[in-house]
Amino acid sequence: MIIDHITSRSTGAHRSSSESGLSRRGFLQAGAAAGGGLVLSLNLPFAAGDAEAADVFAPNAFIRIEPSGQIVLTMPYVEMGQGTYTSIPMLIAEELEVDLKQVRLEHAPPNEKLYGNPLIGGIQATGNSNAIRAAWQPLRQAGATARTMLIAVAAKRWKVDPATCRAQSGEVLHPPTRRSIKYGELLVDAARIPVPKSVVLKRREDFKLIGMPAKRLDTPAKVNGTAVYGIDVRPPGVKIATLAQSPVFGGRLKNVDDTAAKAVKGVRQIVRLDDAVAVVADHMGAAKKGLAALVIEWDDGPHAKLNTQEIVGELEKATLNPGAVAQNIGDADKAMASAATKVEATYQVPFLAHATMEPMNCTVHVRKDGCEVWVGNQVLGRAQVAAAKTAGLPLDKVVVHNHLIGGGFGRRLEIDGVVRAVEIAKHVDGPVKVVWTREEDIQHDMYRPTFFDRLSAGLDEKGAPVAWKHRFAGSSIIARWAPPLFNNGLDPDTTEGAIDLAYALPSLHVEYARVEPPGIPTAFWRSVGPSHNVFVTESFMDELAAAAKQDPVAYRLALLDKTPRAKAVLALAAEKAGWGQPLPQGVGRGVSVQFVFATYLAQVAEVEVSKDGAVRVQRVVCAVDCGTVVNPDTVRAQIQSAIIFGITAALYGEITLKDGRVEQANFDTYQILRMNEAPAIEVHIVQNFEPPGGMGEAGTSAIVPAVTNAIYAATGKRLRKLPVDTAALKRPV
Amino acid sequence: MATIIKVNGVNRTIDVDGDTPLLWVLRDVLGMTGTKFGCGMALCGACTVHVDGVATRSCITPIESIGASQITTIEAIGATAAGAKIQKAWLDREVVQCGYCQSGQIMSAVALLASNPHPTDSDISDAMSGNICRCGTYVRIREAIKQAAQSDTRGG
Repeated sequence: MIIDHITSRSTGAHRSSSESGLSRRGFLQAGAAAGGGLVLSLNLPFAAGDAEAADVFAPNAFIRIEPSGQIVLTMPYVEMGQGTYTSIPMLIAEELEVDLKQVRLEHAPPNEKLYGNPLIGGIQATGNSNAIRAAWQPLRQAGATARTMLIAVAAKRWKVDPATCRAQSGEVLHPPTRRSIKYGELLVDAARIPVPKSVVLKRREDFKLIGMPAKRLDTPAKVNGTAVYGIDVRPPGVKIATLAQSPVFGGRLKNVDDTAAKAVKGVRQIVRLDDAVAVVADHMGAAKKGLAALVIEWDDGPHAKLNTQEIVGELEKATLNPGAVAQNIGDADKAMASAATKVEATYQVPFLAHATMEPMNCTVHVRKDGCEVWVGNQVLGRAQVAAAKTAGLPLDKVVVHNHLIGGGFGRRLEIDGVVRAVEIAKHVDGPVKVVWTREEDIQHDMYRPTFFDRLSAGLDEKGAPVAWKHRFAGSSIIARWAPPLFNNGLDPDTTEGAIDLAYALPSLHVEYARVEPPGIPTAFWRSVGPSHNVFVTESFMDELAAAAKQDPVAYRLALLDKTPRAKAVLALAAEKAGWGQPLPQGVGRGVSVQFVFATYLAQVAEVEVSKDGAVRVQRVVCAVDCGTVVNPDTVRAQIQSAIIFGITAALYGEITLKDGRVEQANFDTYQILRMNEAPAIEVHIVQNFEPPGGMGEAGTSAIVPAVTNAIYAATGKRLRKLPVDTAALKRPV
Repeated sequence: MATIIKVNGVNRTIDVDGDTPLLWVLRDVLGMTGTKFGCGMALCGACTVHVDGVATRSCITPIESIGASQITTIEAIGATAAGAKIQKAWLDREVVQCGYCQSGQIMSAVALLASNPHPTDSDISDAMSGNICRCGTYVRIREAIKQAAQSDTRGG
């Protein structure tokens, strides 16, 4: 089981290229590793500046080949279910000509210089559905370079032309003389030869792994209870803590009576912070019981009376004034003035929680001279910096161990949980695992923002759109999370899916007004821009088709001549879904098509609306063109997953504030789609060799308008606000 | 007061309050972390174990209610015929994504199969709808249960 070999490499134990004697500059560098292996240090393009500037070569990832022939890859991306621990190794194994089973994985330690993500501003982050996009070229190149060098030294040993040799299953073969030699026997020689400046990547028709369904490497340990998530770590002597944070964001802890809590068997300590209180105990049962026994008085602070209506009201107001111009094609005002028909609408999407199955947790041991952190996090470099700052220690005194993640969806792109755990651990003698209850997890999440949208469109006499205007207001995650990427009032995330429509529109004008809600933190989710904008734009496109009295699929297809890949996925999804075939009363089909995360995707949802307004998604057909597919089974799995995630949001997802407090608390009030509600899902993958697109999030945004458009088809009711209001769908008996 | 419970065939002595949920005894006292915490209110099924073969939410099961019952967890379920079949089907069908809920899913599925070797779609929905999967692996869970039900070989 490969998962057994996944280890967490601490900063201190991490061997940098300089420490292992590598200092030559270049795209790839080779050298002898401690223990006699071949190390290939891989420098992704964005880190080139650092590598050139410093005398120390700073690679982004390491490939290590051990004498056993085993390939060890330090994974710069974290595994949270998306299959990256299989698809990333596939890229290397393909070019290196080794079996996937020979690849062993290590979590990368925090180090932004080495493991920063070129597609997320150099931050060491796993997000934005871009791991394959970022790794596609450089990791194959790394594998090919190692293969070329191993063949070269084998050929030299045999005194034959390298061109007469080939690599296969971890060996170099010389077919004319039927000789073979294992990689492990070539390492010492391979480490001594210069790294070739250019290597030949395999032809796509020769791929053995890429494009074939591969068994995931991380799953065997996940079916027998041995996989270790952050919440499962148990450093010797660890205590368990759980906490109550101010129920109103920005509030303060006023007073705590802990008499009863201290009397609970197993409770060891009460930790008071400015805005939270934690109970430290021998086990979570005692910690929870102790927490329930506390008598806590809060000072609710400035947001004591805040409610969601106020926040949405501010957003709505903001859309009455101009925002930053995010897109401007043609002259939308002029085209609108001469349009035969005008369509106007406003839309609204709510705050959403992440509700990862693994509740927030972080284990910390603060000592006088150092701090150790055990966590599952999508931004490890930031976690280390935050822990150091909170503990008041230099960065090099903080060791962070990363772990498998029980659901990320953007929640673990934040380090609030690490900060909180270190704050508590500073008061505790020994390691402490801080575990959020589900209620704390949901009520102190950082939420997908609410947005308010105002749209108008002009149609010509034939019903075709000639003008499209869209203005929306809401939070920018990027402005807080990666300020350099927020420019002129705009960021690439918040506007994705609004400014880059697949349709050929003669005029398109999009404005965005950044409005940060008070008293509620916002963060990334399973997409922010697309999960909001695709719902709005694909619903509105459906409104235009209806205004033009045209079929929603035909109407869209007519606008997609300039984006043939979008047109193809739409046509394929419609065909496979049986678009146009009759359906029973109360059942409707809805469609959506999108181009986000560099992936084209169309979905058709079949939705039943019963007389009492209950909505059931019966069947979803998805056609996807994500360019080159690395692991098709993972693509299918991600789409199935994203569709369920999106239906959950469409039907149930909503975080509301009343008197400054989040009203939802656990899975009874923040519902998640269940097995008995899950639709049949069909995924059709378009095969091509275009560069790979992102897969983790694309399916989520597409399903939401497909569902609401299907509800419109079934009932004639257009839903412009999420989640679906079933009361509004009730039919008179 | 010390209590003895039987977990995966082994007697374990523990000393916690009688109202302590079994989940925390397994995870924090006995160090058996395969059983997961999800909600603490029997709403998500992540903590599912078997008590005398019956799928049980350990997060709301007080330790004092166990008595002489046999507790089986994900760590030992592979030793049962139904458990081995289900685990194999889970891997064959590539059910797992983040995997956090899957211990509970598997425990619910094994209990279903052990009591109903050939479940219908509706039986599967009834038995599995108490287990939430945020990665949305439901389609594959259903397929995997059907595969396991069809495999006659002991241990799949």
